[in-house]
Amino acid sequence: MHKSFAMAALLAASCGAQAASDADLVAIRAQIDDMKKTYEQRIASLEKKLAEAEVQGKSAKPAAEVKAVPAMVAAAPAATGSARASGFNPEVSLILQGQYKNMKDVAERGITGFVPAGGHDHGDGAIEGINKRGFSVEHTELVLAANIDPYWRGQAILALANGEVEVEEAWFQSLAIGHGVGLKGGRMRSGIGYLNEQHPHMWDFADAPLMYRAMFGEHASYQQDGVQFKWLAPTPVFLEFGAEVGRGAGFPGTDRNKNGAGAGAIFAHIGGDVGASNAWRAGVSYLKTKASERGAHFEDINGAEALGAFTGDSATWLADFVWKWAPNGNPKYQNFKFQTEYFQRREKGDMTCSDDEGVGNACDPTANDSSVTSGYKTRQSGWYAQGVFKFTPEWRAGVRYEQLDSGTRDFGANAANLVVDSYRPKKASVMVDYSWSEFSRLRLQLAQDKSMLGITDHQLTLQYVMSLGAHGAHKF
Amino acid sequence: MKNFIFACFFGLTVGSAQADLKIFATVPEWGALAQEIGGGKVKLYTATTAFQDPHRIEAKPSLLAQARQANLVVAAGADLEIGWLPLVLRDSGNSGIQTGRPGYFEAANFVNRLEVPTTLDRAHGDVHAAGNPHTHLDPRNVLRVGEALTARMVELDAPNAAAYQAGYQAFAGKWQTAMARWEKEAAPLRGVPVLVHHSSFVYLSNWLGMKEVGMLEPKPGVEPSSGHLTSLLANQQTRPAKMVLRTAYNQDGPSQWIAGKASIPAVLLPYTVGGTAEAKDLFGLFDDSVQRLLKGLR
Repeated sequence: MHKSFAMAALLAASCGAQAASDADLVAIRAQIDDMKKTYEQRIASLEKKLAEAEVQGKSAKPAAEVKAVPAMVAAAPAATGSARASGFNPEVSLILQGQYKNMKDVAERGITGFVPAGGHDHGDGAIEGINKRGFSVEHTELVLAANIDPYWRGQAILALANGEVEVEEAWFQSLAIGHGVGLKGGRMRSGIGYLNEQHPHMWDFADAPLMYRAMFGEHASYQQDGVQFKWLAPTPVFLEFGAEVGRGAGFPGTDRNKNGAGAGAIFAHIGGDVGASNAWRAGVSYLKTKASERGAHFEDINGAEALGAFTGDSATWLADFVWKWAPNGNPKYQNFKFQTEYFQRREKGDMTCSDDEGVGNACDPTANDSSVTSGYKTRQSGWYAQGVFKFTPEWRAGVRYEQLDSGTRDFGANAANLVVDSYRPKKASVMVDYSWSEFSRLRLQLAQDKSMLGITDHQLTLQYVMSLGAHGAHKF
Repeated sequence: MKNFIFACFFGLTVGSAQADLKIFATVPEWGALAQEIGGGKVKLYTATTAFQDPHRIEAKPSLLAQARQANLVVAAGADLEIGWLPLVLRDSGNSGIQTGRPGYFEAANFVNRLEVPTTLDRAHGDVHAAGNPHTHLDPRNVLRVGEALTARMVELDAPNAAAYQAGYQAFAGKWQTAMARWEKEAAPLRGVPVLVHHSSFVYLSNWLGMKEVGMLEPKPGVEPSSGHLTSLLANQQTRPAKMVLRTAYNQDGPSQWIAGKASIPAVLLPYTVGGTAEAKDLFGLFDDSVQRLLKGLR
């Protein structure tokens, strides 16, 4: 305000100076003084108002003061907080997560009989930290969310790790379409399965089920850039249908340079209550994507390393079921949650076996860059089931059992070159956790992991999950 | 195939017509108020019962299904339902009940809230930035909210405007009379020091002039610890409380423990409609609360 006043004064003065008689100057000065006075008065009154508002804000009505309110005061809408511009800032929350882990030192940790997503814990796109023993801080999640306008809401989840920031999710969601329709666009965790949409801090165990690692690799979740359409039926029973199309860059697909959609998914959920104490949800999902030269390491018949590149279709079916119980539907003191999921994946196409390390394996005995391409067809499945019981407001205990089946793996002509494992990986875990509040949790987990042929790995994990700031509601 | 399925869904949505004003109340007290005003003109769904802690509800599938069809969501507000309602609203696919739309009503916006914190820090427990959200236990607030809720129902369902206004007038008349009776009956409670489990009764204490001298939860939302209970017991020497109050959804252990040690009655108050057999409606809620408090005093 001061600045514009000064400018106006300068302008007026310079214009006036051209054909200025003394009398004119005096008149102009008087005018300026007049303007100055008016502005100063306005500023003073504004300052006074501001001071009053501040005093009102501070006196935030402690109980004792309001006791004097007479029996029937007129309905006075309460002051809804001071509307500062910073009030528009997004809700921010930060998740701190870390662990101490005791387990075997296994060179190439993976799941026997399953093609690992991005290989083992070294090399390009590897599963980072899968082999980390001792103390470690898992990635720190930063969540920003806000309503964009009356029509859209946006959310971004950034994973902060050493030297990198990864955009885990960044999407907008419709608020104003109505008719049960929900539209989401951007990078998102897919709505398939039950656990898929949940970030690690919401998990009931320190790690994801083997099934999710086998299905989607690194993040144990299928995420893609695309759009999601959901529709909730106008029925008393919860009935929801969804469809997604997207880039399909993540495992089991690969990033392909093409127009159109790289992957598509559909899902349906049904759910409801049984009495006041029980709630449930069941779902089926289907994911279809394609891979182009998806590389994975295999062992050849002589024990040398070989690279197998798969090109073809990948289709995954999922079924999920969740049951929650709480006495009178009040989960605060006690509750029980049962959760189980099953998947089946079929892949069909070609696999090219080559020798990327130049060791002279069965596909390229003379190490002269030759390769063997043959048909590739697999049908694999797996499941897990877990139960978590909260027996006091602070303590919970849980058990999880899981099993995969490497199923049928038809490598065509390459079956003569590569070891085709047939194995049923198994894992059993027990956990107990303590929560000081909704925002802090410490968990101890013991697991017997038989996901690798010939290895029984006893694992101990001590994990903390802390959330700071405006922590949003969790899904059912 | 996919297109065919979606075409069917849209066909269904268009086909469903709306009859009454469908109200989704998050808590029993405001559901009961909407029923008083709307009578037979509204179809009410209440998301929680008196035995459920309204802070700790999960965004259950059944809630989504109900919110999908609601014309009006009546919430307590002041962040009471922050752990579940925003998710239910957003995932309902119902544009009419989103925050800022006429179909979203927050009771706390129409009353003078108590315990508005001057500093926001979770070191003080699960504090609500907008103040204590349990506003309904002051019957004067019930009237204020009733007036605003009537206006909202009239706005959403103009053809039934006269019925809603008449409903509110009839309710307000009976309420004023009842309020005078409760205030008279509860006169002995003025100045009586009490302990509370959670800060659920601030508005009730404020209205009746009771003095809350301690809370069993060391911080709001944090469960009572033995250390904290012991220190409360020690305070009994200097500032003796006459009774200890809890809701139907609070655990009774801590109340019973301190009541036993201090030889004072542990009083269960209905807190909301349905919390006791007597609290069948809003009138019953206050009748029973006052009676139970008076009984505790004897």
